[in-house]
Amino acid sequence: MRRWMQILRMPAAVLAAGLLLAGCASSSSGSTGAHKAPNIPMAKSVGNGEGQLNIVVWAGYAEDGSDDPKVNWVTPFEQQTGCKVNAKIGDTSDQMVSLMKTGQYDGVSASGDATLRLIYGGDVAPVNTNLVPNYKTVSSFLKNGNWNSVNGQMYGIPHGWGANLLMWDKQRVPGNLDSWSAVFDKSSQYKGKVTAYDSPIYIADAALYLMATKPDLGIKDPYSLTSKQLDAAVSLLKEQHSNIGEYWSSYTKAVQAFESGTSEVGTTWQVIANLINSDKKTTVETVLPKEGATGWSDTWMISSKAKHPNCMYKWMNWIISPTANAQVAEWFGEAPAQTLACQHTSDPKFCDGYHAMDAQYAAKIHYWTTPQTQCVDGKGNDCTDYSTWTTKWQEVKG
Amino acid sequence: MDHEVARGQGVAAAAPAGVEFGRRGAASAFFAAKRRTRLALLLVPPMAWLIIAYLGAIAALLVSSLWTVDSFTSNVIHSYTTANLHEVISQPLYRTVAFRTIVVALAVTVIDAVIAFPMAFYMSMVAGPRLRRFLVVAVLTPLWASYLVKAYAWRTLLAPSGPLSWASSGHTPGYGQTAIIATLAYMWLPFMVLPVYAGFERMPRTLLEASADLGAGGWRTVRSVIVPLVFPAIAAGSIFTFSLTLGDYIAVGIVGGKTQLIANVISDQVTLNQPLAAAISIIPLLAIVLYLVGMRRTGALENV
Amino acid sequence: MFLSARARVALRLLMVVGLAFLYVPLAIVILNAFNKSQTFAFPPTGYTFKWWHDAANSHGAIDGLWNSVKAGLGATAVALVLGTMAAFAVQRYRFFGRSTVSFLVILPIALPGIVTGIALQNAFTLFLHISLSIWTIIIGHATFCVVIVFNNVQARLRRTGTSLEDASADLGATGWQTFRFVTFPNLRGALVAAALLAFGLSFDEIVVTNFTAPADVQTLPLWIFNNLFRPNQAPVVNVVAAVLIVVAVLPVWLAQRLTDDVASSRF
Repeated sequence: MRRWMQILRMPAAVLAAGLLLAGCASSSSGSTGAHKAPNIPMAKSVGNGEGQLNIVVWAGYAEDGSDDPKVNWVTPFEQQTGCKVNAKIGDTSDQMVSLMKTGQYDGVSASGDATLRLIYGGDVAPVNTNLVPNYKTVSSFLKNGNWNSVNGQMYGIPHGWGANLLMWDKQRVPGNLDSWSAVFDKSSQYKGKVTAYDSPIYIADAALYLMATKPDLGIKDPYSLTSKQLDAAVSLLKEQHSNIGEYWSSYTKAVQAFESGTSEVGTTWQVIANLINSDKKTTVETVLPKEGATGWSDTWMISSKAKHPNCMYKWMNWIISPTANAQVAEWFGEAPAQTLACQHTSDPKFCDGYHAMDAQYAAKIHYWTTPQTQCVDGKGNDCTDYSTWTTKWQEVKG
Repeated sequence: MDHEVARGQGVAAAAPAGVEFGRRGAASAFFAAKRRTRLALLLVPPMAWLIIAYLGAIAALLVSSLWTVDSFTSNVIHSYTTANLHEVISQPLYRTVAFRTIVVALAVTVIDAVIAFPMAFYMSMVAGPRLRRFLVVAVLTPLWASYLVKAYAWRTLLAPSGPLSWASSGHTPGYGQTAIIATLAYMWLPFMVLPVYAGFERMPRTLLEASADLGAGGWRTVRSVIVPLVFPAIAAGSIFTFSLTLGDYIAVGIVGGKTQLIANVISDQVTLNQPLAAAISIIPLLAIVLYLVGMRRTGALENV
Repeated sequence: MFLSARARVALRLLMVVGLAFLYVPLAIVILNAFNKSQTFAFPPTGYTFKWWHDAANSHGAIDGLWNSVKAGLGATAVALVLGTMAAFAVQRYRFFGRSTVSFLVILPIALPGIVTGIALQNAFTLFLHISLSIWTIIIGHATFCVVIVFNNVQARLRRTGTSLEDASADLGATGWQTFRFVTFPNLRGALVAAALLAFGLSFDEIVVTNFTAPADVQTLPLWIFNNLFRPNQAPVVNVVAAVLIVVAVLPVWLAQRLTDDVASSRF
């Protein structure tokens, strides 16, 4: 054989193998235009548990006593239903969407910026709310929302909602903070100790700050940003970058960062503040700043490829039962979706503090939702979509 | 001729007289087979594994870089487009991060080479045989300590209230590019010491005597005789330090603060935009292959 | 020797500095395994055995250990077979593409781990539609463990040469008898050393494992990764790490003993 043919033999073989493998890949037609929810059957009844349950959860949503022996609503569930729970913590909505696409999990506690993506991507099935008895007493303003239902069909069971808060280390930061300027101010006195949430959705927080500080930009909704508005938010974030010490997505890393003094101020979830304060290495304080806050409204969804659907339905009913929902709401620091939970919290004033029943208050939080070219606030078709946000976020981090 | 060919082709062929039958039939037949067949039988399984399974997967990954995802649902769409490749080439972000990564990789390599050289020198040329064995064990043992725990130990070391700050009354570089370089140099040091040490061992001592006989002083001998001879081994060690740094995102995430290297960008993108991640992966892939090809000429691959 | 006394002292000093550089972080890990403070305040606030007790009772750690051992044994076994075969092919036969084989074998360990991980994950889930399991972990690990066995066996074969095998054949032994009574005993040491190193590499691997492990199988590094920053679990992680460091000395020392030519017992 000719020499050059001999040399090319191997790369050709490899390329052939590659193309062959690539040809076997599962294809899916995705439309970038108007989205249609795929036709996925809904469960008609709940049978016996399958013995196992794999779920993707936010930190603190499936506590089994390993963080605090007294905080455990997973073991009673396992004992009652025989479904052994294997909970994988997702740090960001993107991670959760990605994990659900693997088909290895039965369900997920999805925030509003993941729900529609999962629905239209065919990764979750509609939920038969008749099979979830505790759904009846869930707050009505959480039912049939535009983030968890399509054409009147519910795709999940509401879990709870809350806001992203500003947190600071009381031992290292004097006084009380009340504004996001602490993290967005260019000449911040906390240079090198600021932290921010490591996800493109954080751009909305910058947009929210601009709504208050630069109203002439005309931002009405932090998730409906035109190109120009997005660029303004991105340059604010690039300024913030020079003051950032570390970004956080893993809640344990955030806890460790504050406890070791690496971070002193930044955006957080209440559960992180609770963990730091209970550890007693330092004390932190949280506040919902005067400019308002982004937040999340979480929904339990069942996978379209769930291997243990019965266990998942049992879990969904369990987690919004009054006692369990009260426990998780108190541990995490959020408003429970279950109206009856307020009678079961250990702090009788808990629900008041979190405005759990206040639909008007709930409407003021800018919940995570996936930005699309068709503006999510319905005001136009020229908004930037999440993939643009993702690219911009990479640029911000440099 | 015919029966020899038949023997070569039949794996379970009858063995020649004088050899035990039974379960050794296949083994005997193997050794009785033609040389070419034996070579093929030896080579096919490992090569099949490497070429079809491994390289095939890499090639499939590269092919997938030509695909795209639905911008909303992130489902993979199998239509071929060069959009991802175009993005990687045109966006300055990837150039910046790739450049930063290569700088870090080179810094780590140089630091490790500088630390490893005297260590290997001592182990090979000065230490007695028993001490030598002890030192090799001492250098190899840290490799077994968990990579993650070592990275976390460095995070603790460099923490604002950690040992370094305590020892230097408040000065610590904190988490960033410096921390990354120090931590990675620490992690890969044994990977550099051992090949260099092996290189020293392979060096004929007669050459050193000849050099001394010709009148060269110690320093001159090191510069003109030892370094050139050991250089291929240093190059071999550098393959590890370079490639391990180029692919690292976990230690970077632990001690790097807000700094990201190319593998961090890839791992961020692989969550939802796998084709783009595949396209970005071409950068470190290309860098390593080029480095390997370059090192091949120095004879490093025989010293690994 | 041509080195002056001063040079020897300087070298000894540099050796000590190098070793200190290698071991100070490990000492901190071991110290923190006993540190009373949960956030590893330095200097330690007190000493305790509590974390050791927690570690012994930690289901996650023990499951992780068991999974890592299984994956390591599987990967080492596969690597031993494939690596030895390739080493024999390259060392005992002449054929076109010998250097290509060496190049190919080193690729899995030379290419960035994340690329290997993503490529394998894609191949398994997107292309071949096989679900991830302990076997996909083993396949991933075996792929880059082959090079270790390959290098060790090849070095040993190169060192021992064919003279003994030729003599054996001259004396009338068949191919199999030569292999069984001459070649293999020579190789044994290299094989065990390579197996120990390959097992070690697989045991500590995190990057590729992250991509090839299923949801319900956690190897020890994966468990450590998930618990590294958790306030209640981080000290337990330190205990696990301290144990690993101490226990590791044995196989490393053993590997050294088995290969008297130390230069050949490397990766």
